[in-house]
Amino acid sequence: MSDVVIRAERLSKLYRIGQREKFTTLRDVISRTFTAPFRRWFKNNQNEIVSNYQSSTSNNYIWALKDVSFEVKQGEVVGIIGRNGAGKSTLLKILARITEPTEGYAEVRGRVGSLLEVGTGFHPELTGRENIYLSGAVLGMKKREIDRKFDEIVAFAEMEKFIDTPVKYYSSGMYVRLAFAVAAHLDPEILLVDEVLAVGDAAFQKKCLGKMGDVAKEGRTVLFVSHNMAAIENLCSRAILLHNGRIFSEGETRSVIRTYLQSFLSETSSSSLLDVIEREGTGDIQFTDFHVEDIYGNKLSVIQSGQDVVFVFKFKCKNEQLRNIDFGVGIYTLTGERLTIFHSQYKNQVFEKVPKEGEARCIIKRFPFAPGRYIIKISIIVNNVVADSTPLGIGYIDVVEGDFWGTGKVPKVSFPFLIDAEWSIM
Amino acid sequence: MAVKESARESAPVIVIRPRKGWWDIDWRSLWEYRELLYFFIWRDVKVRYKQTLIGAAWAIIQPFMTMVVFSLFFGKLAKIPSNGLPYPIFYYSALLPWTYFANSIQNATNTIVAHQNMVKKVYFPRLILPLSAVLSGLVDFAIAFSVLLGMMLFYGIMPTWKLLLLPVLLFLATLTAFGVGLWLSALNALYRDVRYATPFLIQLWLFASPVAYPASMVPERWQWLYWLNPMTGVIEGFRWALTGQGQPLNNLFFVSLCIVGLMLVLGLMFFHRMEGTIADVV
Repeated sequence: MSDVVIRAERLSKLYRIGQREKFTTLRDVISRTFTAPFRRWFKNNQNEIVSNYQSSTSNNYIWALKDVSFEVKQGEVVGIIGRNGAGKSTLLKILARITEPTEGYAEVRGRVGSLLEVGTGFHPELTGRENIYLSGAVLGMKKREIDRKFDEIVAFAEMEKFIDTPVKYYSSGMYVRLAFAVAAHLDPEILLVDEVLAVGDAAFQKKCLGKMGDVAKEGRTVLFVSHNMAAIENLCSRAILLHNGRIFSEGETRSVIRTYLQSFLSETSSSSLLDVIEREGTGDIQFTDFHVEDIYGNKLSVIQSGQDVVFVFKFKCKNEQLRNIDFGVGIYTLTGERLTIFHSQYKNQVFEKVPKEGEARCIIKRFPFAPGRYIIKISIIVNNVVADSTPLGIGYIDVVEGDFWGTGKVPKVSFPFLIDAEWSIM
Repeated sequence: MAVKESARESAPVIVIRPRKGWWDIDWRSLWEYRELLYFFIWRDVKVRYKQTLIGAAWAIIQPFMTMVVFSLFFGKLAKIPSNGLPYPIFYYSALLPWTYFANSIQNATNTIVAHQNMVKKVYFPRLILPLSAVLSGLVDFAIAFSVLLGMMLFYGIMPTWKLLLLPVLLFLATLTAFGVGLWLSALNALYRDVRYATPFLIQLWLFASPVAYPASMVPERWQWLYWLNPMTGVIEGFRWALTGQGQPLNNLFFVSLCIVGLMLVLGLMFFHRMEGTIADVV
């Protein structure tokens, strides 16, 4: 018997973009539903399906997932990474059988559970006891199984006193605790975790991660979607990088993460920065390019610790009437931990007027970070409203050893940043 | 641990692929989730009259008050013939299956939208939703039915062997409601218009069924058309099985049966087509 528990073969999923209400009518749906197989008989070409969808309405379609094939073995913990819209969540939804693929197929061996489902099926009018049974059944447990695990679930949720109280009288903390206890006792052979969609506060998400670690240690299979590279690196033995619905890279976690960071960061140095990076904000101003210079205006490919550097951000305005503008830059580790942030307004610099196209220059004297690679994030705030920000970064910088203290001496041990200080004896 | 290992080895392989056919309904998974069907019905029944003052009495009040109104207006005022039956019996025996049918359709219409959080987050055979909506109404029916027995006793009408046909007729009403509910629940997931259209549909259907009048009032040459409505057979059948009055089951009844079968098959086919991607559109 093979130990492959998930096999995906050319999984593809077509989604329609835009608002369906505007473009389809009830009649379209009924007629399309009933004519679909006939169209397939006449046209067996895969691409024809798309064109058929397109011709039946005047709308656009997008492949959220395209020809995704992979295998996951028993006990593997696989991280799935990629930008928003890369198809990560769609992939999990298909594997969880919440929605069906448009093409391709997958085989899944064993019970699939996901921590997405916390609280699914709960009814406020029912008691805690009744909801354990109801929610358990919704998640796919048999009544006998719930009977067996009932006391354990109640104890895990620390809910003995209130188990016969309707859950509408629970505090939100109690509610989530009970809901999580049910989901945690599902004992799936394959656990799907989508941290991007996970609800709850940080403590609760931590609990989910902990549960995931336990499941992995028991030798069960986990598929883990996250933007948190540190968590992926810690938990996953293997990673899959999705890009525009396709598998871009697959293999050992660290190298896939590196590919991910480099691929999207290297794209960012091109002139079409506007399209390639993930951004948030109103878009009144947008960054179009980023590079680093020394104070004499020479472009730098690496920064030496202790060097005076200038971060140069090119930007474009949609609107020339912008006032009250605050520029901010952040420096992060590759795993996404924030090291520092500097906003112009910290030094009371709020710009009253900016040109339609220009450069924002941020001088950092005696660059204080130790050798390594860092992600640069940026945000522009206009009248206290975020106009542009780059949650995943605008690019990265490489720092090499340098003469921070002007003495030619380089520390023998490594540490994240350097300070300018002086000793004296009194 | 050893138990777990063996359980894992025997774990069934789930195949995920786009559905192609019209009738490759996954009966096995439906059977595996039969306990969920039970839990949904149990929950519906349990929750329906929570935080109400008179609770399950609502199951009686709805058909009973309608019966009083119909008896007064259609009976005493409009003098509609009742096959020699007392008006309360004539109307209540028809309103029982009708109320069950109407409520079932209404519940089934809303069920997928009402459960959209579940539908978007977990897999289970979606068919369970309209099925449980239709089945949970049977409890209300049973409560209201006990009142009918009391009324028959009061009017001195003794049931005969024909009463044995009642479960068959009720089953027919369930199948009809299920067949219609399959369409309406899936369509309502796409277009909320359906939710507003359904009460109107139910109202029209009421007048196309022999609830307020006996089927014999319909002119002879339209009878064939009239019996295409499955509820005609169910309601006339109910009166006949309970009291022995009215049109007994004849050839036209089998037309009703065929229509129910057709509605059910088409409903299952349509629902099956929609089921795979309903989480994307609801």
